[in-house]
Amino acid sequence: MLDSRIPEGPLAEKWSKHKDNIRLVTPANKRLIDIIVVGTGLAGSSAAASLAEMGYNVKSLCFQDSPRRAHSIAAQGGINASKNYQNDGDSVHRLFYDTVKGGDYRSREANVHRLAEVSGSIIDQCVAQGVPFAREYGGLLDNRSFGGVQVSRTFYAKGQTGQQLLLGAYSALSRQISKGKVEMLNRHEMMEVVKVDGKARGIIARNLVTGEIERHSAHAVILCTGGYGNAFYLSTNAMGSNASAAWRAHKQGSFFANPCFTQIHPTCIPVSGHYQSKLTLMSESLRNDGRIWVPKSKDDVEAILNGSKLPRDLKEEERDYYLERRYPAFGNLVPRDVASRAAKERCDAGFGVNKTGHAVYLDFASAFVRYGKTEALTKGISNPSDETIVELGREVIKSKYGNLFDMYKQITDDNPYETPMMIYPAVHYTMGGLWVDYNLMTTVPGLFAAGEANFSDHGANRLGASALMQGLADGYFVLPYTIGDYLADDIRTGKISTATVEFDAAEKKVKDEIKALISNNGDTPVDDFHRRLGLIMWEKCGMSRNEKDLKEAIAEIQELRKEFHSNVLVPGSENEFNPELEKATRLADFLELGEAMCLDALTRAESCGGHFREESQTPDGEALRDDENYTFVSAWEYTGSPSEAKLHKEDLVYDNIELKQRSYK
Amino acid sequence: MNITLKVWRQKGPNQLGAMETHKMTEVSGDMSFLEMMDVLNDNLIRGGKEPFAFDHDCREGICGSCSMFINGEAHGPGRNVTTCQLHMRSFKDGETIHVEPWRSAAFPVIKDLSVDRSAFDRIIQSGGYVSVNTSGATIDANAIPIPKHDADEAFDSATCIGCGACVATCKNSSAMLFVAAKVSQLSLLPQGKPESKERVIRMVDQMDLEGFGNCTNTGACEVECPKGISITNIARMNREFLSSNLTSK
Repeated sequence: MLDSRIPEGPLAEKWSKHKDNIRLVTPANKRLIDIIVVGTGLAGSSAAASLAEMGYNVKSLCFQDSPRRAHSIAAQGGINASKNYQNDGDSVHRLFYDTVKGGDYRSREANVHRLAEVSGSIIDQCVAQGVPFAREYGGLLDNRSFGGVQVSRTFYAKGQTGQQLLLGAYSALSRQISKGKVEMLNRHEMMEVVKVDGKARGIIARNLVTGEIERHSAHAVILCTGGYGNAFYLSTNAMGSNASAAWRAHKQGSFFANPCFTQIHPTCIPVSGHYQSKLTLMSESLRNDGRIWVPKSKDDVEAILNGSKLPRDLKEEERDYYLERRYPAFGNLVPRDVASRAAKERCDAGFGVNKTGHAVYLDFASAFVRYGKTEALTKGISNPSDETIVELGREVIKSKYGNLFDMYKQITDDNPYETPMMIYPAVHYTMGGLWVDYNLMTTVPGLFAAGEANFSDHGANRLGASALMQGLADGYFVLPYTIGDYLADDIRTGKISTATVEFDAAEKKVKDEIKALISNNGDTPVDDFHRRLGLIMWEKCGMSRNEKDLKEAIAEIQELRKEFHSNVLVPGSENEFNPELEKATRLADFLELGEAMCLDALTRAESCGGHFREESQTPDGEALRDDENYTFVSAWEYTGSPSEAKLHKEDLVYDNIELKQRSYK
Repeated sequence: MNITLKVWRQKGPNQLGAMETHKMTEVSGDMSFLEMMDVLNDNLIRGGKEPFAFDHDCREGICGSCSMFINGEAHGPGRNVTTCQLHMRSFKDGETIHVEPWRSAAFPVIKDLSVDRSAFDRIIQSGGYVSVNTSGATIDANAIPIPKHDADEAFDSATCIGCGACVATCKNSSAMLFVAAKVSQLSLLPQGKPESKERVIRMVDQMDLEGFGNCTNTGACEVECPKGISITNIARMNREFLSSNLTSK
């Protein structure tokens, strides 16, 4: 049933051979073919721009007021590529290996290798577009390190790499819009996939300004609609980030893969109050220079909480740099899942350093000294005082992470140059997503998924700076080739009509759903339900999971879903700009997806990557994989309700990598 | 703390709007301005009234969606912050806070505090890009060294988030800072040089066509820009524009 269509042959030749052998569509025929791209993040903008440039007629949709605002823009730290500019032994194979290992051996070898192969072209492409990456004094590109790797392969633009890459893709998209090759529909939300004879042939969309329900047809539909982290309500995702397009595709027959694989990012600003609407990430790049610690003794925790001691009063030997203690080989740069669990372990043991008990320190004091000493030497300052060294060091840190420090101060009112940052893990990224084959096509013919919306490259845990790489790889360099293989059959199909029974039925379904929400006459606003869903997900399907909790969560979500549909209050009408209605339609889908996540987590009774089952751990509390029974992708088929989904397994075959228990010690 | 809000209410682009007054109690200083607006909307919805529509998305100061004119200033009293990063500790107990949408003929109001900024997209479409295909078949990224200073300066211009605070704050509703930031970024980099002459002329033409006003060097845009983009960008654009007009065929 599941055919991943991975090409034959040696791993390193699969992609080039596949490109040589897949079918092409001639330039003249491309003009006869329409493609819809939903979403304008890195994957969506780059795909829409590339496909339009090749000659296809592209329609691009985003729910934001401009394609430039998709949440890729908020990615901070950087983008990986195996350029080996630093001559530290990097290679395509090493990037491939690190990514598979970092994903805890739950991703597809062939897809990850392809990703590593095209990574270098992404940097070339972005530089050619005028993306202002950080440079060294010699004028060449600078790199830094990210978690889970031992080389420096991360390209960056201060703490705003995602912004610069997205604006690059947006400029490529804008160029095609100006040529009339892309029709851009801002403030439009996809509400349904329309299938004709089993193939995706269009979508139903809602114009968010007028409320009008529109029909759009195409020969293929590509979903670049991001992840589903907002199922947790509080996450680092944007407020509008949602899973509706992917979930609706799932209900139309696309299998959903590994929904329980969610990434909890270790370094986010802790929750401050019940009105909290979202969480803010502090880039992983900070772990290059920041050291994470909590006090060794509970007396010191107490003293800090009651204000009798400041964190800087604690001597070195009174601090527990627990990552350096537990993982000496990688120290503060262990992968995200490992760092997050270690923070939770310390806080659960009572060493949390803020009033909620959910915070640890990220301290730059030793980096100030280290950089300060080097600066003093280069500036020829002899016998500098300690203050001068720290002052010089602060300037260096400022040039590297200034915007992040400013953001931290703005949100917390604490000055991180004076006192350590307080951080705690938060939901950040979802590795699971729509199941796709090697061509990035879902189980519905003609329906593709790219970027965070698909599941293919990150296994059970994504390494830092790999999301930007994957989004652009899919959009610039993979889909433009692989989609031709499918569309080659459509050169004689002609325009797809929207005046068909299939479109009638899909439009009616969408209108009925909206009508039901608007005319519900309940008394509780949408966000109230979303917060409650988030709490269930965070407590029972978050950093640590067990059978009992997951079963409870499933029952609670079912109950909450019922209550939502009987008691939600959506003000206004459907024929106008109505942000509350948008939230309600998205939450209706999260309330189903949340259950699917719990079911998947329950079914996978092993720990791997971001998925930690308490029943499956080593004696010292590390995640314990069960390769014998779980070396597969869980691909769920929708059969009428989330709890009745049918599990299909895609066995993962590792011919080029030996499966090992991951160790960063 | 307790505050009084006067918020702009406007049903649609062609309807008349007016300020509406709401009292808020128990506002925490750690709330962001938008979280305070969330609480207001929650109260309104529970009371059977319409919430205020406003644009927002990332809530970390980078997407450029949020756009409130607070107490007569774009993004409120803070410097180098967007509305979403403005926190209620910036206000005093008992204060009255006025909240309005961006006001510019080129940014028509959609509803309440939400405006249509697609004019910015059309300006970028007129030339705010390097005409390079996305094939990846370009030269190696390190083939052209770029002086660090130029790269850093281009980056500073490129940090524009397209929020429109410059337009909202300018007495002429000029979009010069927005356009100049993009023109500067690309003219500072070797990749953008080949098209720099045509680019600046096309983008300025489009800016005029959209109905934005001209620059009279008051410098308000620079003060209110949440990303601290300098008006030296405007000087650079003027220079590019003049030399392009004088030297193009």
